[in-house]
Amino acid sequence: MEPFSAPGLEYAELWPLMVVLGVALVGILVEAFVPRERRFVTQAVLAIGALGVALVGTVVVGVRLQVVADGAARGLITSQGSLAVDGPSVFLWGLTLVFALAGAMLFAERRVHAGVSVFAGQAAALPGTAAERDASSRGLEHTEVYPLMLFAVGGMMLFPASSDLLMMFVALEVLSLPLYILCGLARRRRLLSQEAALKYFLLGAFSSGFFVYGMALVYGYAGSMDLAAISEAINSDIGNHDLLLLGVGLMSVGLLFKVGAVPFHAWTPDVYQGAPTAVTAFMAACTKIAAFGALLRLFYVALGDDRWSWQPMIWVVAILTMLLGSALAIVQTDVKRMLAYSAIAHTGFLLTGLLGVQAPADLGPSEISSLQAVLFYLAAYSLATVGGFAIVTVVRDAGGEATRFASWAGLGKRAPVLAGVFGFLLLSMAGIPLTAGFVGKWAVFEVALAAGAWPVVLVAIAASVVAVFFYVRFIWLMFFTDPVDGVEPAAVTVPSPLTSLVIGVCALGTVLLGVLPGPVLALLADAGSFIR
Amino acid sequence: MDSVTPFVVLSAILFSIGAVGVLIRRNAIVVFMCVELMLNAGNLALVAFAYHHGGLDGQVAAFFVMVVAAAEVVIGLAIIMTIFRTRHSASVDDASLLKW
Repeated sequence: MEPFSAPGLEYAELWPLMVVLGVALVGILVEAFVPRERRFVTQAVLAIGALGVALVGTVVVGVRLQVVADGAARGLITSQGSLAVDGPSVFLWGLTLVFALAGAMLFAERRVHAGVSVFAGQAAALPGTAAERDASSRGLEHTEVYPLMLFAVGGMMLFPASSDLLMMFVALEVLSLPLYILCGLARRRRLLSQEAALKYFLLGAFSSGFFVYGMALVYGYAGSMDLAAISEAINSDIGNHDLLLLGVGLMSVGLLFKVGAVPFHAWTPDVYQGAPTAVTAFMAACTKIAAFGALLRLFYVALGDDRWSWQPMIWVVAILTMLLGSALAIVQTDVKRMLAYSAIAHTGFLLTGLLGVQAPADLGPSEISSLQAVLFYLAAYSLATVGGFAIVTVVRDAGGEATRFASWAGLGKRAPVLAGVFGFLLLSMAGIPLTAGFVGKWAVFEVALAAGAWPVVLVAIAASVVAVFFYVRFIWLMFFTDPVDGVEPAAVTVPSPLTSLVIGVCALGTVLLGVLPGPVLALLADAGSFIR
Repeated sequence: MDSVTPFVVLSAILFSIGAVGVLIRRNAIVVFMCVELMLNAGNLALVAFAYHHGGLDGQVAAFFVMVVAAAEVVIGLAIIMTIFRTRHSASVDDASLLKW
């Protein structure tokens, strides 16, 4: 019998992840032991501090990653083969942490909500009862949201780094479960918020059921959960290929649900609309970053050599997602729902990028790989989305956030700067030149074309044109339409520096990535490809 | 894989019952039970394949799936309870404020 050897963990590479999860645990203790009046400040400082430290740590880890595979990649497989800390993982960690920081700042915003946080005073108190009024008059608030958010961020960091199907499943749940709760905790419009949580939870659990069964079938095919071992099994063509196809299809359902691709998109508009807007901003950006990271790793590392089997599926899903997302965004009359459908359309563009050339060896000198294009697009998309939802939180009327189009009419005359920034972010989502969105779209279209997926690119261009229409129509509504009679026009509430910082940084980032994408593209080229 | 085929077929049947149940049942609790059935079908398949391959990965994975399912129950029942107390109904058809 072999002697037992203790498993090792590479703390030097994993500590940013452990900071996030560790402080989440500390946050739970804070709930138990710190007096109520000091909890808000303690939790907010802990959460923002932990994310900041983890971000610095991510940069340090990224700089120290060893180059492997003749310079094509850098990093190492850690945790007994279940986590891959490589260039793309570290880049995705950085993106997740930046937008989680923005999310935490929006969570901590209290000035625009008249001194209380955006979350329910007491989630257990029924809407419209004396208990709820009591909770709100005593100024109660749920500060558990910060540890919950940190757990979600921990899952989001694990998800794209997992090089093992089981780790991928656990990370998927660690990121989803806290989000289900966060969605249901809005202080205002609680029925909508609870309904959003129910829908997100039931559909999310349904999709993770598919993921588990798909995982079991792929395990049955390859005899291992390890992504590299699955790739080897595909190369040596052992096992029953039908089992693999079925398994990959079922696992894709789970992952495509998380990124909100048609036909698994139905939850997106409802959840984005019903959830507190700060939560929407956080999850719209970070869930998509994490889930696309995992999708890329699964399809490129484990299934890269079987791409003729899965690419037709992604073709169809990408085309449907772009068309349906853009078409349904046109008929929306609610800002959050419009942004949700636009997020669906962006998922389609990102999937277009997934179809590109993967191996750096197959690329010409100045061409970018499909991985780089998708990661760049994720950065551009997240900047515009987080900035956009942050602006939605400050445009308000007597009933709270004014999300109906009619209330936004003429906002450009009342608050030209904010409306201008919102318009600019919308233009970036539309992909107008000199914005980050343009460079992102250019990159994903180019890689898809280089791999011969021209029909998808044609549809993508058509969908972009449709998208320009509804974004520009909204800008027209803000600047060149008079307020609608009988609808209270929304006004801009001056937020605390936290929200202002988020909006400012997102706008600035969108400009910088649009005008000077070079440094980020160079960073991505430096990060290399996935390691196996 | 002859020796494990019946188990895999059984797991596929259970999974299908679960998936169809999610789609056609209207009570949130029953929908949720169907999701649990899907997860357990996954467990059965994992254990069957672990026996087939002679490895332990699948069995260990089944434990992880069970723990995750337990965590999911806690959160799911909390959400369904909140909805039920607000609306006095656990039907998924009644929760329809958010549309289109």
